[in-house]
Amino acid sequence: MPELFEILTKEEIAPKIYRMDIYAPAIAQKRRAGQFVILRVYERGERIPLTIVDSDPEQGSVLLVFQVMGKTTAMLSDMEVGERLADFVGPLGSPTHIENYGTAVCVAGGVGTAAAYPIARALKEAGNHLISIVGARTKDLLIMTQEMEAISDRLELTTDDGSYGFHGFVTDRLKKMIDEEKVHIDMVLAVGPAIMMKAVSDLTRPYGIKTIVSLNPIMVDGTGMCGMCRVRVGDEIKFACVDGPEFDGHLVDFDELMKRQRMFVEQERKAYEEYLKDKQGKCGEGKR
Amino acid sequence: MTTRERLNIPRQPMREQPPEERIKNFNEVPLGYDEKTAMLEAERCLQCKVPMCIKGCPVEVDIPAFIKLIREGKFIEAARKIKETNSLPAVCGRVCPQEDQCEKTCVLAKRGRSVAIGNLERFVADYEREHNAIEIPDLPPPTGMKVAVVGSGPAGITAAGELAKRGHKVTIFEALHEPGGVLIYGIPEFRLPKSILKVEIDYVRALGVEIITDAPIGKLYTIDELFEMGYDAVFLGVGAGTPNFLGISGENLNGVLTANEFLTRVNLMRAYRFPEYDTPIYVGNKVAVIGGGNVAMDAARTALRLGAEEVSIVYRRSRAEMPAREEEIRHGEEEGVKFKFLVNPIRFIGDENGWLKGMECIRMELGEPDESGRRRPIPIEGSEFVMDVDMAVIAIGTSAQPLIRMTTPDLEFNERGYIVVDPETGATSKEGVYAGGDIVTGAATVILAMGAGRRAAAAIHEYLMRKKAQQGK
Repeated sequence: MPELFEILTKEEIAPKIYRMDIYAPAIAQKRRAGQFVILRVYERGERIPLTIVDSDPEQGSVLLVFQVMGKTTAMLSDMEVGERLADFVGPLGSPTHIENYGTAVCVAGGVGTAAAYPIARALKEAGNHLISIVGARTKDLLIMTQEMEAISDRLELTTDDGSYGFHGFVTDRLKKMIDEEKVHIDMVLAVGPAIMMKAVSDLTRPYGIKTIVSLNPIMVDGTGMCGMCRVRVGDEIKFACVDGPEFDGHLVDFDELMKRQRMFVEQERKAYEEYLKDKQGKCGEGKR
Repeated sequence: MTTRERLNIPRQPMREQPPEERIKNFNEVPLGYDEKTAMLEAERCLQCKVPMCIKGCPVEVDIPAFIKLIREGKFIEAARKIKETNSLPAVCGRVCPQEDQCEKTCVLAKRGRSVAIGNLERFVADYEREHNAIEIPDLPPPTGMKVAVVGSGPAGITAAGELAKRGHKVTIFEALHEPGGVLIYGIPEFRLPKSILKVEIDYVRALGVEIITDAPIGKLYTIDELFEMGYDAVFLGVGAGTPNFLGISGENLNGVLTANEFLTRVNLMRAYRFPEYDTPIYVGNKVAVIGGGNVAMDAARTALRLGAEEVSIVYRRSRAEMPAREEEIRHGEEEGVKFKFLVNPIRFIGDENGWLKGMECIRMELGEPDESGRRRPIPIEGSEFVMDVDMAVIAIGTSAQPLIRMTTPDLEFNERGYIVVDPETGATSKEGVYAGGDIVTGAATVILAMGAGRRAAAAIHEYLMRKKAQQGK
């Protein structure tokens, strides 16, 4: 029997993007599409939220996919199968409201594809005709394309640099679908960097296409206590951790969200650099 | 010693770290009594035949009895006397507002200054701990009944300890990664050292209570699932942790944060030791803390210790109406916290990058008393002015924690989201489910939550014994 919060599998699926199965049977049993966990790698670590990509209730495992962005994700990527995380809390957030809208388009960017996957799958299982547009900066960073293909009635891939599939942003591909291909779309799900979700929401607004986004603000406790993750949605202040993380993309104040996401950018950079320096010092050539 | 002689002994103050020293560290401010001072202070107690102090204590500590033991130099016995009804004496000796509880009803309060009951409680709890004399009392045989306690704050810890002492198997479910609730995330190290809290929580563990962290009830398990897992009763002590906002423009600017966030980063996450600890913190040079309670004082004094140049408490009423303890206000004043009374923020002003750079305020005057009995603050038209600040901490209170409400449709809540209970027993509308502390009353004090936990434990015990008899166990 594995220990609680033990890493069961680890794989680098794209440069600096990892998938890990974590042993957390109660969460694996309980979680639903759209929910997330908060984890701490070690005793002195910070709490970071990560979307639950999938779970295997029988094995008792929860699947995470993450990109190395700073110290915490770097440390996580440096952990090995058999090691255990200090903390793993969930399932947090409100599960996605799923219904049969008709034709649903899932627009996913970069590592956000992993977070989009469980929601897209639930939409498909609810009977939606599912079209997926998955994009990344470059070919190497396109992830989970097979998984997305398996659940989608149609899959479109895009790269910003044109190294694979459609040359352009996911929004360009979506616009083409609406304007040129005249696809009738009943709802759009957008998951990715805030700037991408904003662009998708701006694109769909004039067409009146319902657009759901899954936000990724900074969090501390993740249970509604600190208010760090507050976002402006229409006239209201919402906590992404308990009221979200999904909201109506047409109502979210993305500019404010993006400013708030940059609140600790200096400290984060410093901590990451220190970590890399330490790591180099400790491992020397061994790690190379 | 005659009564007259006792009355002539002045109330003994505690030594404190000097203000200029302590604003550079997170160490505790009061340094406690030594044995001699404690015994002298204990001589002031008149050992009333009908002790009014006990009536002022929500957990009914036998105050004259423990003070008598101090007088006799039996410090460890005195600590054990307190622990008969209070599992957290070192915590209570530090954070209880004794001036509103036992010391308020102390007979000496009428003739000058009450016995320093809180200081004495703290002294014996520290003495017992420092002399490694903490002992677990004899526990009754297990009843075979299981209780789930949700939340490990003052209410939950107390209920759990009391139920364990009655032979029940208790499991506490805590959403955060460390137990203690507000004692760990809210109250700063300089008021309640974590190491002292840890010893008292370990004591409750030693009574047989199991604490499961990282377990947000309502999310990981619902209350019904706790019953399915074999728990015979549930106590909800989940607190009122949701921060309130002012509802004014600019509140989402960077540099504007809730006291909960600021204190959680510093206390629970130890951000004051960044980068040794990974959680970052932002501290401005000119800090405004909005609010007049203990949490506001904690935030202001924490900001000073983190190196802020100027920290102001901005409060819409006057000093007399401040809900903070006198001791906390005094400590803040000594440390250089500035007080802007009769001032209310009306707008936060940001720069082009979304960071706070100023706060527009309006001056207030006091009108007729409102429903709280305090004089209502009224804005003075035309008195607007801008305060130059680069950080603002909102400490204007908290509301009910939402996770249980969102997932327990058959539990009765009032219109403000607090759980409706029988005030005598803590029984909720759902069978076998009890509640107490801030999730019932709204944000209050540690000791009131402990009192509620203790009363609910007694009621849960009766409920369990009835249930056991019915089951023929």
